[in-house]
Amino acid sequence: MRTNDVMLKTVTKVVTFIILMFAVHIFFAGHYTPGGGFVGGLLTASAIVLLMLAFDIETVKKIIPVNYVMLTAIGLLIAVATAGASIFFNVPFFTHAYDYFDLPLFGKTSLHSAALFDLGVYLVVVGVTMTIIQTIGEDE
Amino acid sequence: MSLVFLIFLPLIAALFIPLLFKKLGRIHTGWFVLIVPVVLFIYYLTLLPTTLEGGTLVSELSWIPSIDLAIVAYIDGLSLLFSLLISGIGALVVLYSIFYLDKKREQLHNFYVYLLMFMTAMLGVVQSDHMISLYLFWELTSISSFLLIGYWYTRDRSRFGALKSMMITVFGGLMMLGGFVLLSIMGNTYSIRELISQAPELATHEFFVWALVLILLGAFTKSAQFPFYIWLPDAMEAPTPVSAYLHSATMVKAGLYLVARFTPIFAVSGTWIWLVTGVGLFTLFWGSFFALKQKDLKGILAFSTVSQLGLIMSLLGASAMGFHVDNAAETVFKYAGFAAIFHLVNHAVFKGSLFMIAGIVDHETGTRDIRKLGGLMSLMPISFTIAMIGSFSMAGIPLFGGFLSKEMFLTAMLAITEFDLFSMDVWGLLFPVVAWIASVFTFIYSFYFVFHTFAGKHKPEELPKKAHEAPIGMLISPAILAVLVITIFFIPNFVGKWIVNPAVAAIQPFLYDSPSDVHVHVAAWHGSITPELAMTIGIFIIGGLMFWTLRKWQRSYDAFPDKVSLNRLYDNLMYLSDGGANRFSAVYMTGFIRSYLVYMFGFFILIVLSTLVLNEAFAFDLSDLAPIGFYEIVIVLALVGGTITILAAKSRLTAIIALGAVGYSVALFFVIFRAPDLALTQLVIETISVALFLLAFYHLPKSSKKEERIRFKVGNGLIALGVGVTMTLVALSAHSQKILPSISEYYKETVYSEAGGGNIVNVILVDYRGFDTLFEITVLGIAGIGIITMIKLRLTKKEGQHENK
Repeated sequence: MRTNDVMLKTVTKVVTFIILMFAVHIFFAGHYTPGGGFVGGLLTASAIVLLMLAFDIETVKKIIPVNYVMLTAIGLLIAVATAGASIFFNVPFFTHAYDYFDLPLFGKTSLHSAALFDLGVYLVVVGVTMTIIQTIGEDE
Repeated sequence: MSLVFLIFLPLIAALFIPLLFKKLGRIHTGWFVLIVPVVLFIYYLTLLPTTLEGGTLVSELSWIPSIDLAIVAYIDGLSLLFSLLISGIGALVVLYSIFYLDKKREQLHNFYVYLLMFMTAMLGVVQSDHMISLYLFWELTSISSFLLIGYWYTRDRSRFGALKSMMITVFGGLMMLGGFVLLSIMGNTYSIRELISQAPELATHEFFVWALVLILLGAFTKSAQFPFYIWLPDAMEAPTPVSAYLHSATMVKAGLYLVARFTPIFAVSGTWIWLVTGVGLFTLFWGSFFALKQKDLKGILAFSTVSQLGLIMSLLGASAMGFHVDNAAETVFKYAGFAAIFHLVNHAVFKGSLFMIAGIVDHETGTRDIRKLGGLMSLMPISFTIAMIGSFSMAGIPLFGGFLSKEMFLTAMLAITEFDLFSMDVWGLLFPVVAWIASVFTFIYSFYFVFHTFAGKHKPEELPKKAHEAPIGMLISPAILAVLVITIFFIPNFVGKWIVNPAVAAIQPFLYDSPSDVHVHVAAWHGSITPELAMTIGIFIIGGLMFWTLRKWQRSYDAFPDKVSLNRLYDNLMYLSDGGANRFSAVYMTGFIRSYLVYMFGFFILIVLSTLVLNEAFAFDLSDLAPIGFYEIVIVLALVGGTITILAAKSRLTAIIALGAVGYSVALFFVIFRAPDLALTQLVIETISVALFLLAFYHLPKSSKKEERIRFKVGNGLIALGVGVTMTLVALSAHSQKILPSISEYYKETVYSEAGGGNIVNVILVDYRGFDTLFEITVLGIAGIGIITMIKLRLTKKEGQHENK
């Protein structure tokens, strides 16, 4: 018997984007209000998991052709590079830098190297979570 | 150019090797590699005038200044001699390997990367003045040797030999590190030069003998002295260029270098003289005696190398006697140090050529078994000539360099009989006697090597290939070495002045202020029949007779039982430690996660509870608590209900959903306690882990009956109860007493001013405790890779077969 999952699929199509946008918002909000790379990454992963539940792994792989192992590696590299960059400015490892800039559209914005590090965390979390879920899910 | 930089030049070049191999595969990668040792050799040659004057060069690269760790390149006569050997023989070996290793079939990029790595390591060993950097380079030579021996890694013997050499040399290296640490405690410095300058004070220190023995262990393992020599014959599984380079000319001489370098410190000790001279001499005899038992060409050379290393070692030990003799620079005691270095040079030259010839024979006939070889003289005339020159030099026959140093060795051994300290006057006579017997055997195996291969009857039916002369390119390197062998015989004093004397002055600073003070005149003929000449003639006669009758008595070697050998001891030790460790872990590694959880939680309960009790840390204070609200009671009820459902659930699906409920209730708690970050994370984590559980759900085995047993449940219940009680006690105590002020005040103050953020939780993650996060995501990454390897790369039985060919 085929289950009727039209409702799940339809809702998923909309909700996924809401979750993804929320994830991006959470990621950038992190430094001042609740959120950050870790939660952002988990939310993104959960959006993809929702897609996988509603459709199936093969379809999702076609929609999002990302090698999650690579994603993890890139995230780690970004994190290490951000931490290591400080030694080129003759300050101890992992010293962050930040300043405030007036950007068009955004107005006065704070740019922080911690956000780059957080991006690394974000990518690793997405990468690892999806690697685990995908490999276990594909293993029949 | 900085000397330190030159040490690393080969390593830097190694970075480009894989690229060259891939992109320019048509040209043999060896041609590019060749440039490195040639450049180094020429540069080191230009330093010779400096050391001739007794000058030294120092170049320093600070590494970790806070612990006073630096890489100091120190060039004096001794290190320059070794650097010349490393780069010079290195160049010849690379040239030889270009013709030895096929560019299509072999993994040249691996080979040359390892070889260049070794070059850096070896240069580092001989030039390091800082003991810790010396140790690091020393271990790097062991590692590169391991990689090179195991170069043909699909062969069982290669892997065995590689592991054996590493086990033994790394063991010695660790001992040596201990010796270095003791020395640094005694002298309060890691610099060898500074230690030498305070040598007299060191000698009275209680650690002195310990440091001495430990450092000697390092030297003896590396230089294949008895009883540690057993790794060297097995190392012959390496490609022949490697054997010629690492296992005869350079790496095995690192131990000799170490002994030579530390002679100024330890010469004062009788233990040193006895150990170095005694072990060296015994190794000389043992190696030469068992060389005749070998059937493999490279096996003969391996034992011959062991024996010759012993010879040089004993000379180095004897050179320390000069410290105890008045005005030794003018007596017979001056010869030992000179002979050691002189023979070291000679040995590197003739043994290098012999190894290359063994490689050529192997390459052109397809076998190294001396029983199948014979009569190659007419087929391979050039190889035969070179082999003869090398062997005759090894046997100590005039017109070849080896004669001079061999005779000087006998002189030095005779001198020991005149030494009257450390009860040498009683035992001293043994030294020349053993030396003489060993020399007879050396003479025989030298002849055995060359004549049983090249003379006699040719047996083409036993050879896998049709024998013919090697290509000219392969002959260049051994030919150059053979020419050197003869050249050294005719200009020994020139070699002595430029190369040997500066090194001798570095070993025996207690005798000589500068290299020009070393007055050793080398001559083939001393004008009359001296005792050492008489001994040499005796060696020729007896050795010649015994070689003549070799076939009659060689069989008697089979009488030595295989069961009681050092090799067997090593095998048993390895087997015991391997099997013992396996049996020990098998006792507690059951393969069931539940067992591991029991260990972990049991240990956790034990440690935390006993700490609580021992430190009287438990406290219970109910003041200062907020009232419990309605929502909290509801959530707690949901929590408890969910947990009980998990335990009571018949189906796994129910349990998983109930577990999700528990997680969400906890998230609600975070909301009530105003921890939005935690609540958010908990919610998402819970969602994903429920999804993950559902995914893995199908893979779980059916609940087994075993889990239903009462005893099993009681045990689990006790552990669970223990963890719960422990955590409750800890939580209560943590709340009831504040020993340290909370760090959150600091965060509150600095989060905006120092870190430029507003959300403390996130700023802790990315900034205050960024290191934690960095390592956490690294661990996450590793976990991900682990899961992939477990699931995707599972070896099926079919694939598993090629693991062990």
